Amino acid sequence: MSNTSKSPWLIHYDGSSCNGCDIEVLACLTPLYDIERFGIINTGNPKHADIFLVTGSVNEKNAPVIRQIYEGMLEPKAVIAVGVCAASGGVFRRCYNVVGGIDRVIPVDVYVPGCAARPEAIIDGVVKGLEILEKKRDTVRASKNKISEVS
Amino acid sequence: MGKRTVIPFGPQHPILPEPVHLDLVIEDEKVIEAVPSIGFIHRGLEKLAEVREYPELVYVIERICGICSFGHGLGYVTAVEGLMGVEVPERADYLRTMWHELSRIHSHMLWLGLTADALGFESLFMHTWKVRERILNMFDLTTGGRVIHSVCKVGGVRRDVEEEMLDRIVSEVRETRKETRKLTDVFLRDTSVKSRLCGVGILSKEDAEELCAVGPVARASGVYQDMRLNGMCKYGELGFEPVIGEGGDCYARCKVRISELNQSFDIVEKTASVMPDGPVEVQVRGPLQAGEFMMRLEQPRGEALYYVRGNGTRYLERMRVRTPTNMNLPSMVRMLQGCDLADVPVIILTIDPCISCTER
Repeated sequence: MSNTSKSPWLIHYDGSSCNGCDIEVLACLTPLYDIERFGIINTGNPKHADIFLVTGSVNEKNAPVIRQIYEGMLEPKAVIAVGVCAASGGVFRRCYNVVGGIDRVIPVDVYVPGCAARPEAIIDGVVKGLEILEKKRDTVRASKNKISEVS
Repeated sequence: MGKRTVIPFGPQHPILPEPVHLDLVIEDEKVIEAVPSIGFIHRGLEKLAEVREYPELVYVIERICGICSFGHGLGYVTAVEGLMGVEVPERADYLRTMWHELSRIHSHMLWLGLTADALGFESLFMHTWKVRERILNMFDLTTGGRVIHSVCKVGGVRRDVEEEMLDRIVSEVRETRKETRKLTDVFLRDTSVKSRLCGVGILSKEDAEELCAVGPVARASGVYQDMRLNGMCKYGELGFEPVIGEGGDCYARCKVRISELNQSFDIVEKTASVMPDGPVEVQVRGPLQAGEFMMRLEQPRGEALYYVRGNGTRYLERMRVRTPTNMNLPSMVRMLQGCDLADVPVIILTIDPCISCTER
């Protein structure tokens, strides 16, 4: 874990998931899997969060909520879609009230497979997200430096 | 007489992993009225019955809810078996009973953990979930999945459990019981936990009956009601007697669930000891019979109702599920009236809401 310099906090939102992935996300936070050893804490405030973890697919009603949380988060930020529903709609793909995966509304950085996604897979996804976050942080820093050079 | 304010609660709220929205009308610190609005997780999966053949549909039905997934699968296959007049082998029925009780243990422990979290008692939440992992591990070893099991099928179960595995389940359940006792002592005796639960969110017996509460919520208010008495699975043979509480406050609901937890440990041990030999499935072929069938099942959260209507094809004409949280929402709104704003998360949690069941 040499690639993280900060302790990233995550925010979790349940799109239209069946709870399967959500309780596995919670299981990640608890002693057996203990994602907190990477400095990760589950927060309820988008402004505090660096990683947005979404489970479940998008429908008409929750799309604005997902967008609102995403926009509330400060740059740099990473989005992780957990489970097949968040990737494509999964088993509910043919339901009338399912629009599709999370990438129909916001850009996604990491897709975690599985129905329900296993905690190991979620942790792997989050660690991949951390790398992306680090890269984005560098980009933000570089552009800031450039701006200060110009001005 | 203070000014009335409306406070929105949810859909994204740290206390609940699921989205539910409440408009809380408050006066000073007291909640006058709570107006729930749902629909964030509606998928419309009952409609999928028209495009998925009936043996396939069980995978969709299991995913109504990831917490009570076994119960949903069980309810659906039992309803289809009833429609087609299929007799399930003894052993399959006992295995289903065992898994169903294991899923009740995992669901109730999940609830205990979330309640501890809602109380602000984070270490208790962590400990409860640590103990719960033992049960999930047993599911993983016997069914191949931690939360979605896909082990029920029309005509029986997909996998058998070997003798050694049964012994292991029994020993794991004994260990879990030992560890749970320490935790439940905290829930039932700790002063800080009691001060948050006792006398909060009272639902009288009359209200529970009038508002059609189900499951532990109804039983904590003293209503004698449990669908396991209706002859589902093998509960009749196992000498089952429901846990009835009194008082109808948050503490009573917590106590009922803890007693049910101990009862489920007993039932799992008992099923493992009386498990008969034999096949675990019968072949079910051909189209569905025309006709309809309805069955009721006791899930961890209460009574769930399954209705299926066949029309002679391989597709169900109508599939309907009524889930326990749906029935408990009116009771929740009643409990919230007059409570303190700070108690709202705890009261919402004590009905053990499962929004993805409710909205499907």
